[in-house]
Parts: sequence; C-alpha cells; structure tokens
Amino acid sequence: MRFTVNGAPVEAEPRAGQALRTLLRETGHTEVKKGCDAGDCGACAVILDGEPIHSCIYPAQRMDGREVTTVLGLGTPDDLHPMQEAFVEHFGFQCGFCTAGMIVTASTLDEESLDDLPRLMKGNLCRCTGYRSVTESIAAGVSESARPGRAVNLGSTGLDDRPSPVHSPVHEPETSGHAPAEPTAGRSIHPPAAKRVVTGSEPYTFDEPVDGALTLRVLGSPHAHARILSIDTSAAEALDGVELVLTAADVPKTLYSTARHEHRGDDPDDTLMLDTIARFRGQRVAAVVARTAAIAEEACRLIEIDWEILPAVFDPEEARAPGAPLIHPDRTPADRVDHADRNVIAAMHEGFGDIESALRDSAVTVSGSWQTQRISHAQLETHGSVGWVDETGRLVIRTSSQVPFLVRDELCHLFGLEQSAMRVFTARVGGGFGGKQEIFSEDLVALAVLRLGRPVAYELSRNDEFVRTSVRHPMRVTVDLGADARGRLTAMKVDVLSDTGAYGNHSRGVMFHGCAESMSLYNSPVKRVDAEAVYTNNVPSGAFRGYGLGQVILGVESAMDELAIRLGIDPFELRRINAVTPSDPVLAGHGHAEADVVWGSYGLDQCLDLAQDALRRGNGVEAPAGDHWKVGEGMAAAMIATMAPRGHISRVHVTLRPDGMYDVGVGTSEFGNGTTTVHAQLSSTALGTTTDRIRIRQSDTDAAAYDTGAFASAGTTVAGKALYSASLALRGVILEAAVAISGAALDECELGPSGVVADNRLIGFPELIAAVPAPHRSGDGVTAAGSEFGDVRSLAFNVQAFRVAVNVLTGQVRILQSVQSADAGTVLNPEQCRGQVEGGVAQGIGGALYEEVMLDGEGGILNPVFRTYRVPQMADIPVTEVYFAETSDDLGPLGAKSMSESPYNPVAPALGNAIRRAIGVRPYEQPFSRDRIWRLLNP
Amino acid sequence: MDLNTVSSYRAARSREDLRLAPGERILGGGTWLYSEPQVTTTGLVDLTSMGWPAIEYPDGGGLRIGATCTIAELSKLPEREGWRAHPLFFQAATALLASFKIWNVATVGGNVCQSFSAGSMTSLCAALDATALIWTPDGTDYTVPVADLMTGNSTNNLADGEVLRWIDIPEHALRAHTGFRKIALAELGRSGAVLTGRVDEDGSAVFSITAATLTPNVLRYPILPSAARLQADSDAAVGYYDDPLGTADWRRGVSGVLLEEIRSELAVAEEVPR
Repeated sequence: MRFTVNGAPVEAEPRAGQALRTLLRETGHTEVKKGCDAGDCGACAVILDGEPIHSCIYPAQRMDGREVTTVLGLGTPDDLHPMQEAFVEHFGFQCGFCTAGMIVTASTLDEESLDDLPRLMKGNLCRCTGYRSVTESIAAGVSESARPGRAVNLGSTGLDDRPSPVHSPVHEPETSGHAPAEPTAGRSIHPPAAKRVVTGSEPYTFDEPVDGALTLRVLGSPHAHARILSIDTSAAEALDGVELVLTAADVPKTLYSTARHEHRGDDPDDTLMLDTIARFRGQRVAAVVARTAAIAEEACRLIEIDWEILPAVFDPEEARAPGAPLIHPDRTPADRVDHADRNVIAAMHEGFGDIESALRDSAVTVSGSWQTQRISHAQLETHGSVGWVDETGRLVIRTSSQVPFLVRDELCHLFGLEQSAMRVFTARVGGGFGGKQEIFSEDLVALAVLRLGRPVAYELSRNDEFVRTSVRHPMRVTVDLGADARGRLTAMKVDVLSDTGAYGNHSRGVMFHGCAESMSLYNSPVKRVDAEAVYTNNVPSGAFRGYGLGQVILGVESAMDELAIRLGIDPFELRRINAVTPSDPVLAGHGHAEADVVWGSYGLDQCLDLAQDALRRGNGVEAPAGDHWKVGEGMAAAMIATMAPRGHISRVHVTLRPDGMYDVGVGTSEFGNGTTTVHAQLSSTALGTTTDRIRIRQSDTDAAAYDTGAFASAGTTVAGKALYSASLALRGVILEAAVAISGAALDECELGPSGVVADNRLIGFPELIAAVPAPHRSGDGVTAAGSEFGDVRSLAFNVQAFRVAVNVLTGQVRILQSVQSADAGTVLNPEQCRGQVEGGVAQGIGGALYEEVMLDGEGGILNPVFRTYRVPQMADIPVTEVYFAETSDDLGPLGAKSMSESPYNPVAPALGNAIRRAIGVRPYEQPFSRDRIWRLLNP
Repeated sequence: MDLNTVSSYRAARSREDLRLAPGERILGGGTWLYSEPQVTTTGLVDLTSMGWPAIEYPDGGGLRIGATCTIAELSKLPEREGWRAHPLFFQAATALLASFKIWNVATVGGNVCQSFSAGSMTSLCAALDATALIWTPDGTDYTVPVADLMTGNSTNNLADGEVLRWIDIPEHALRAHTGFRKIALAELGRSGAVLTGRVDEDGSAVFSITAATLTPNVLRYPILPSAARLQADSDAAVGYYDDPLGTADWRRGVSGVLLEEIRSELAVAEEVPR
C-alpha cells in the first residue's frame, strides 16, 4: 500500500493487526510518541486527511491512499509552525514527551476553540506542566493577535503589576562586542532542546532505533504469592524467531534492590532478576527475546508453569500480625530487612520526652488517622532500555533513567563486570517523578545482550507500568498533637504504617525521609515517632515525588488544621507560632539535630505571608450559584532539605574549545526538570559567555566522571553547584593565561564570549589555550573539573493555599483559587521554576482528588489504564498563583535551592483542610474523590 | 496498540463478507479494539468499507444512524425544524471520555455494541427510544430497542456473528424537550452517571439512567412526574454498581440529584408556550 507522510510517499505492507503509530515509527517517524498505546494520552496524535486522530488506535490497514501529517510535518527546528513557536516561547513543555501530540492537536484549533479548550484537549495528557503554560502556548499559537497573558502575581512582592524580568520577552541577553555577556542566571532562558522537542525531533530512549535489535518481553505471575514447582519453556524455545528464553535458572544469584542510591547498602537486597517465587501478581518470572514483539509475546504464552499457590496477605496491618504469611522469611538485617519474621522491612521507634504524659497534660489535643493511596507516576515515557555491544566490546545500555551511573554500578555488581566494561546513558527522559530511580528493565536487557551478543530492546507498556514497576507508598498516618491554650505545641506523636508491597525497593528511605522534615518543621518539646514499613503481596511501592514526605505531611498538616480550628487560631498564625526558625534546632523524632542540615537561608516567614496575602486578596472567582455549594479556605506548609542525606555526588568537567564553545560533561539526567537549561545558565554566567556557546553532554557514564543522579531535586544544588565550580575554575585558568600573555593585572582582564580583553586588546581563545599550562590542556582545549559531594544540606519551604467550593449534593470539589509560595533561594530560571511549582501542584491535585491505583483485594489492579486511572486533564487543573520568597542560600549555586519535588507536598493537606472548612467534615482518606466526599455528607 | 495475534484483515464490501471465520471479529472504528490486547482474536473484518450512509432521514420521519456513522458526524448533526432534542446529540458525545480526535474514528455502532455501561451512545439511544436493526448470520434481520440490548458492563444480547446495521430514532422523540446531565469522578472523566429526560409533544415524559447502572433504566410517565416520584423511582432503579469510576451508593445519590435538576428544567420549559 501507498500513503504519504508529511507529503513524502511511503510504501509499506503493514501487518494485519498493526496500528498506525508503529507503522509510522517503523518508517522512520519517531516523532510520533507512545504514552499509553490505548488512545488515552494523545502523545501519538497525527493528522489524517485533515482530521486529528490518535494513531495508536488506528488500523494501519486502512492507510492506502491516505495522507498523514506528523508534528515534524507541521514544522521543523529550523522552520517552526506558529504553534510550535508558541510552545517554545511560553515554556509549554517540561519533559516534552506529550508535546508532539499536544501540538498536533492544538494545530487543528482556532480562536473560537479557546473557550472550549479543556474539552478539546482532554485527550492530551501532560504530567509535567499543570497545563497553564500549555494553555498560554495554545492561546498564543492559534492567533497572531493573541498576546501571552502576563503571568498573574508572579514575583516575590506579590503585587499584580510588578514589572518583572520573569516576563521579559527577551530571554537571551544581547551581547555586544567582546564584553562579557550579561549574566543569564536569573533569566527565563529557553531549554536548549526546545526547538527539537516541539518538533518531536529530540530523541528519547527508543527514538533512534538500533539496527537488528531483538525484542524482549516478560511473562508475569498470575498469582500474588506462589512458588514455581516446574517451568517448561520448550514450546517457547521451539517457536520460530525466539532467540532466548530466560528463567530463574539463568540469572545471577546475587540479591539486589531495584531502588538505587549513592550507597547500595541503603536499600534492601531482596530481589532476584527472575525468581522461583512470585510475591505479587504481575511479577516477571520469565523473559523471552525474539525477532519481533509478536513472537516474544506468543512465546511467553507458550511457557508452562506448575505453581504451588502460597497464602498471601494484602493488608499491611495483617501482614505484621502474628501468623501472617511471610514474604521474605530468609532475609536478615544484613540484607537491610529489619524483621523478616513479621514482614517488617524497616522500623523506627524513637522520641524525646514523655509523649503520653505530655499529651495528657496538654490544654488541647487533636488526633486523627489519615490514609493515602497508591499513585502511579504516570510519566508519559514508559520505562525501557536497549542494549548492545559496542565496537570495543563494551556492554552499552541506553535507558530511560534518572540514575544512569547507579544503574551502571549495580549492573557491574550483578554481572561481575568492571565499570570500564560498561556504558550506561540516557537521552532525554520522558518524565520520571522518582519512578526511574529504579532498575526495571536494564538488568534483563544487560543479561540478554551478554548472552546473545546482539542488540536487545525492552520497552514497557503502560499496563506494565501499573502492574510491575512501582507506585507511591500507601501510608496510614496517625497524628496526635497537644498544644497550650495559645497554640504552642506541647506534644507531637506520629505513627506511620507504610505498605511497600512485595519488594522493599525504596521503602526504608521513604519511611525515614517521610518522618523527617514533616515533623521537624515544628518545634515541640516532646516528639515521638513510631513508623514501620511492611511487606505485602501487593504491587511494589517505590520512590515518588516527595519521597514519603507528602504522605506524612498530610497527617501532620491536617492535624495542625484541626488544632487551629479547635483553638480558634488562624492556620497561618498557628504555623508562625510553631514553625522552626534559624535559631531553632531541626528535630524530627529523635532528639538530636542532623549534623549535615544547616540554615543556608530561611524563607518560610515570607512564604506564609505571600500565601495568606494572596488568599485575602482573592482572585474574583466566585462559587457556582446555589446553597448546595459550600466555600472554604485551607492551607498547609511543607519543608524539605535541599538534597538527599548521606551524600549526593557530582563530578563534572568543562572544556573550552578554540572557537569559544564550551563542552560540558555532566552526569545528571534531563527529564523535564529543566536542569540542562539551568546548567547552561550557570556555566555561561561564570564564563561571561552566552548559553548557546555551552554544549552540554549529559547523563552518560562516558560524558562525566560521576553523578549520583537526578533525584532529591539535586539537578541544581548538586550537579549545578559542581558545574558552577568547574566553570569558575576554568575561568580562573583562562584569566591566568591572559595575565601571562598580557602582563596585565588579573582584575584588569575580562573574560567574554570571544576571549579575554586585557590592556584594551582582545586575546582570542586559541592564543589563550596555547598559553595554558599543560596539566589543564585536553586535546585542543582547556579543561577544568568541579565536584560537589552533598555533605551539607539546607532547607527549602512551600506553602499551599486553596479556596474551594464543594457541592454537598454530588461531592464535587471546585478549586476557586490556588496559591503556592515557594522558598527556592535565588530563582535561576523563573519560568522554569514556576513550571516546576505548577507541575507539582497539578500532580498534588491529581493525588488529592482523582488518582488511585485500585486493587481487587487479591493483588490484581483494577484500573491499569489511563481511562480509569485518572491523571488530571486540562479541565481538572486551575491556574495556580506562584510566589517566590526573596532569599539567597549560602550553599546552593548563586544562592539557589532545590524546587522540584517539594511543591507537591503541601497540596493534598491544603485541599483537605479547605474541604473540611467548607463542609464541616474532615476527609481522612485520599483521594478526596467525589464519591468519598459525598459519603462524608451522606453517611 | 498492535494486535499481534491478528494475522488476517478483510475489508468488508457486502453482507456475505460479514460471515466470520473462527477467530475473526468485526472491526468498527477500531478505537476500542486497538486500545486493549485482544489475544484471542486472529482476524479482523472491517465494517467501515461497507459504504453505509452515516445519516438518513426515512420518509416516515425520524432519524436513521448507520452503524459506522462516526461520533464526530453524529455530534455535528444538522438542526432540523421541530427537533428540539437536537442538543442531546452533542451532549451525549461530550459525555464520552473519548476526545474529539477519537470521535473522528469511533463509530456509533461500535459504542453501542461495545456496551460499556458508560457508553453514552447507549445513553442517547435510551433517552430517545432508539431501536437497532440487527443483521443475523443466516441473512435475517430483527429490530430491538437499544436499551434492551445491554445485559451488563460490556455485555449484550447480540449473538456471535450478528451485526448492528443501523439505529432508528423515532420522530416523536426527536421533537421532545430534552434535558441532560453527566457526572464523573473528574470533570470530563469517564461517566459515573448520565441522566436524560424528555417531554414529548403529548406531554408524556421519559427519563433514563445510564452509566450509573449496569444497564439502562428507562422511566416512563404519562405526564412529568413529581419530584418525589422521580426520586423514588431513581432510588429504586436496578443495577447501580461499584467500579474505579464511582461507588454504587454515590451513583444512586447523584442520579437522583441530577434527574431532579432535569425535571425542574423540563417543567420550566413546558410552561413556555410552544
């Protein structure tokens, strides 16, 4: 059959059941993405004969004589379509994985569509942005005349009319002559990849096909807890096109954890690559490598297993009770499993002061028990990796990971390889949110490549994401607070039960971290924490934005709200009374301060004022008419350390080339966090050049010496700091060369984009490089290195406030006003940082009102697709007013702090508190979905 | 997604082509079929090549919707003198979780035959007393009210090899005043309840509860019922169910609330002289 794509003829013989999406990708059109493969997310949207469709659910057999336009047919990086330009200009993407389909859909709209935009865009899910920037992009894109709405209320003074450099249309400063370029730090520089992202031409993990790659598929356990008595793979192996079948007999006998941290000893060794015991439904028990996906899937169905069903437990309270089936009975504290004999993987029981008497003696006490749900990261790019052997015989893994160096190190550990025998890298990553701080595909791909010596690819489906990756830890959080009559806390007691599911993954870190800044935010003379993380036969839990804080903060901040109601004290004021200040020690459950946490800056006071002022001002949005709509306001605060404890390392280098370009090698990943932009800004600011002269090679074990990875919001505070320091070191080396050449004093030499001006003369880069001492030279350039070890951490703050209307007849919650104030230190890229806050709020709203991975009570997942797992659509997310505190941190580069995961943390309690104040009944179970709210009012 | 077990595809041109071999399935627009693995399916027979008209206006009045009429085509149905039910067509389409891009491909017949409780083409048909013409494999036809086709959430009375040919909506229903409400756990989410009401020119009233119940509940009254009567009948409707898109008690509760909103609206509309 013949059809055209972007005007070019294509001749193809699609398979009988093939979807258009894969046909397009197989013919080279990798700008067409896969988010769900089920018609729900829109990442694969194309225009077919003038009408937009979802290509993943369109029969390829119907294509004869048809015309397709993809996002790359609308415009190219050198010749953008107006809609593409608008998405660049308005920062309408973060990870960018949804963007191709978003832009294709938007390109079919006109100005009349804008009133109906949420409906028209409901088939395009964005997990990163929170949609405000998408909406502005579309509004600008559909009309030449539509001007970007000046962002509302952005700026630390909180004034609407503040002229702010944030909204300056000129993002890249002008350079004139040889003078140093104006510093780019603090300006809204566009992401370096922007024009490629909006044309679908920035390659993600599977967008550069590897010739001859075989396909790997896994067979999942049908049982929640069962032992394999025998496994017969002969029929699978006999199938034509099957190259390899892997079972437990084929994998390394080394236990490991899918979770990755700087120290491998942080996470429990409780996992085998393929096991003879299945501990949750969907756990992979065999893998097939075949010529095609169809053959691999068929072979999986031909594997016969004789199972011995074992008793299973799904409730964490039952799991730790005597007599419960034991899930990892052979593990010991040496494996980082504290009490395998009662399924408790981690336990913390500590405190200071006598909690019971303190509560008894308190003038006022409040108590409650909150339950959070399983949440899917729902990043648009699923997990997956492709591996091969390179020309030097090294094993190479290209993966979608936040932690390529940690993946390399663990795979080397598992397979007994030297680090030099392996390269791991990621291209742009299509979202992560913590879910890619784990090994879910790379291990099997590495094993298959090592066995076959041929390229192998394993791309997870959306169903796989729900069934066998990880979810946010569900927690039951019980909080007791005591206070005196004036609202000063006298006692704080927190009891946490965390369900880690069948494997430990991040359970230990999540539990400890969850109980840290949530409790240390407030001063109390007496504190007590009892927390346990428990194995069950449910799908494993893992790292998720906030890393446990969000769950425990729900309990603490909701209890604080209850206390405020009880005492008749304004909730902002109650925080002012009790929150830590730089003169206070930062104490969680244990009575001693963490030695590595320091006050590099403090902005909570500003955050409280900014949010409260915004709420008082209001925004003019009224509740729907009718007595059945009840209005309430709620707020919550959150604190977070600016990096992970116990070290987070980045070793980077910067090389000056004779043409004035700088090559940066940095290990951390770009997955929508905007790190790459900030890195270009930090480096160019230090080197007096423009961002387009900074070439960044990243997230590749070949590109940098080391990086712990992109988690704990470390992209700026760790990798960025290392890079800034390397850039300053390089600047020093260049200037010293200039001094040597010119004889001028150091402070008379100015480094600019074309070289150093000294003594009214421009010394060009080739001359400078030639004058640099040999130890600094590398190839034709000059290199300097920089490192950051994360030895000391500062603290950052977020305050969220909502005004909501609740329909007491239906349980609908309508957000009338949403405000978040953030203490990010120096804001290096205001638009990007704002986007991180907005995206965090949106994900927080999703978790607070909509999202829930539901189980059937026997370990099965009831809603493993986006049409039933409710990732927020454009219609679900209001515009959030974002305010930044004016602070500058002593630790972070140029005074910056972390601001990626923390905006998520106060959202759910702020919404719960607003709902409570609207309807007079407190919701305790997340999500506060319409049916649950309705039940509160119709018990 | 690719349907990797499918090894044959036939574009149907005649009724003869619709005789299915073992493993073959009828393919409408394909938007549902391609959205989930179909590992027991080995062949597809495409209906969209049959060339059926999307919309017909039979001589005796009413509206005939071809099974392969797309949701997009139906949502843009031209207005016609006296057809006060016209808004319902677009409203029903918007009750789908499916985006307008999917409307361009998904068919009305496919939505009905997939028979999800939340399928809003079923809601539309239940609201307007629509009947379906079914082709059987032996060459005979029969007609059945669409609301009676459903037997559960994605199950129906169609026998293997039976094909929905068209849907007829009677003239009297198209001339009625109608009301419509939809609610889901998210603003534009997959429906938890879809409620419709209509008052015909003879004053008789018909309300329907769909999506909230496994199969449609159609409530008929000689005149617009009282609030209490409608509430009681709504509460007594059968088949409210739990699933990830809502709990049974909430569905029952909001169905009553929203039906009453429709009833009040229709009462006002009926007071306005025609």
